[in-house]
Amino acid sequence: MAKYIEMIRIRFLMMLAYRTNYYSGILIYSINIGAYYFLWSAIYGDKGEIEGLSVVQMTTYIAVAWMARAFYFNNIDREIAQEIKEGKVAVEFIRPYHYLTMKTMQGLGEGIFRLGFFSVPGMVIVSLIFPISFSATLSTWLFFMVSIIFSFIVNTQINLLTGVLTFFFFNNDGLIRAKRVVIDLFSGLLLPISFYPGWAQNFMDFLPFQAISYIPSMIFTDGFTQPEIWDALMFQVVWALLLIIPIQLLWVAAKKQLIVQGG
Amino acid sequence: MKHAAIFFHYISQYMKTRLTYRVDMLMEIMSDLLFQAVNLIFILVVFGHTQLLSGWSRDEIIFIYGFFLVPFAIFGAFFNIWDFNERYIVKGEMDRILTRPVHSLFQIILERMELESLFGMITGLAVMIYAGSRLDLSISWYDPFVFLIMVIGGAFVYAGIFVLLASISFWSDSRTSIIPMMYNIGNYGRYPVDIYNKVIRFILTWILPFAFVGVYPSAYFLGREDWYGYAFLTPVVGFAFFALSVFVWNIGVTKYRGAGN
Repeated sequence: MAKYIEMIRIRFLMMLAYRTNYYSGILIYSINIGAYYFLWSAIYGDKGEIEGLSVVQMTTYIAVAWMARAFYFNNIDREIAQEIKEGKVAVEFIRPYHYLTMKTMQGLGEGIFRLGFFSVPGMVIVSLIFPISFSATLSTWLFFMVSIIFSFIVNTQINLLTGVLTFFFFNNDGLIRAKRVVIDLFSGLLLPISFYPGWAQNFMDFLPFQAISYIPSMIFTDGFTQPEIWDALMFQVVWALLLIIPIQLLWVAAKKQLIVQGG
Repeated sequence: MKHAAIFFHYISQYMKTRLTYRVDMLMEIMSDLLFQAVNLIFILVVFGHTQLLSGWSRDEIIFIYGFFLVPFAIFGAFFNIWDFNERYIVKGEMDRILTRPVHSLFQIILERMELESLFGMITGLAVMIYAGSRLDLSISWYDPFVFLIMVIGGAFVYAGIFVLLASISFWSDSRTSIIPMMYNIGNYGRYPVDIYNKVIRFILTWILPFAFVGVYPSAYFLGREDWYGYAFLTPVVGFAFFALSVFVWNIGVTKYRGAGN
């Protein structure tokens, strides 16, 4: 366990060394939040609320969705694909750790770094520019924290899946890009799931993606009632457990058919 | 003539390299398509909850998005210079470029082509035809020509802004995140500028004229006569920005000192 915690620490320090890159990142996210803020203001027009969300709640939803993205987002799928292509993965196999766990821990180190140096200050800056409401109840904050941990887990698991698929496809930049787009849409980052037509919502209930962004953001904006929160957290836990199965299966299969192209 | 010949040589080389990894190329085209679909789905879902967006109907917004895709596709195919700083300045590749017999910017465009982006034009046209037919837009004999000019103008707006930003690297080779930021600002141009406040509208019209890639030229085809003035400025702004950027680029090249190595 200690070696994995060390992994988190090292990745955290690595990110810290390049922290200036992140100030501009906050600006980029603010620009995105701004675009959606104006768009949603126009969409609301004089409507008081849509699907139970007021315009202030909607703005908060967008802001927190983007800022939480900084925490759960990572590029480990790309890193895995790169290491497979360069043949480095062969060395990783003989090292005394589980490769996928190690990758997850690196992702976590990155996530913790961005949470502290990006999401929190970013949220403060954004709340100065746009009308954002922060919940006053402590339980909302606690539920939110539990919830973003699970959004990190589910998102990372999906990244591991796409990354490991490189073992079978050799070059899967296209798939990685496609996955990113799918997650932006189906996770609720761009649109709350409750805005979709009923049939689409039913369909998305069978997919893990809303565990990534929709659930934590709705909790944060007080868009969920208490029983809905429990349901949503259960949804996240179930998917976090379910996704272990395909990852393990693919991993076992991948180890068998590893072809090192170089290195 | 010489330039055209070199251009086609590069295209044929490009096709060969891309066709080696067919599955991957297919996936890339698919993911581009998916990306365009996402924005469309966004518009469709949003209009499930509202009739008008600052006075623009669903089909008008879709039309604007469709139009936007066409110049953006051309830009994406030929002006892939977002990593110019890293690839050419920091790694010293610019030295090689300067020994080539064609203009340095042209040489870089040739090397960095990504022709699969052009599929975006087809998507864009399809989206425009869909929205246009629902809006019962009438097309005159000269409209295709106007369209062509508007598209070139829009692509030049994008190209101008990004070439200008790339030129900064000649003076300062430190890493900046201005370029990814600019891609995000570009998204503002996909929607009618009257949903934004005055300052942003001014910026999108005169400073970073992304509005000339989407709304303004589309306003012509949508018959919004109060916007015609802006619509017809599209090629002017496009050419002005592109000319300015080439001018700055040329000055920048004289300031280039090489990465030393």
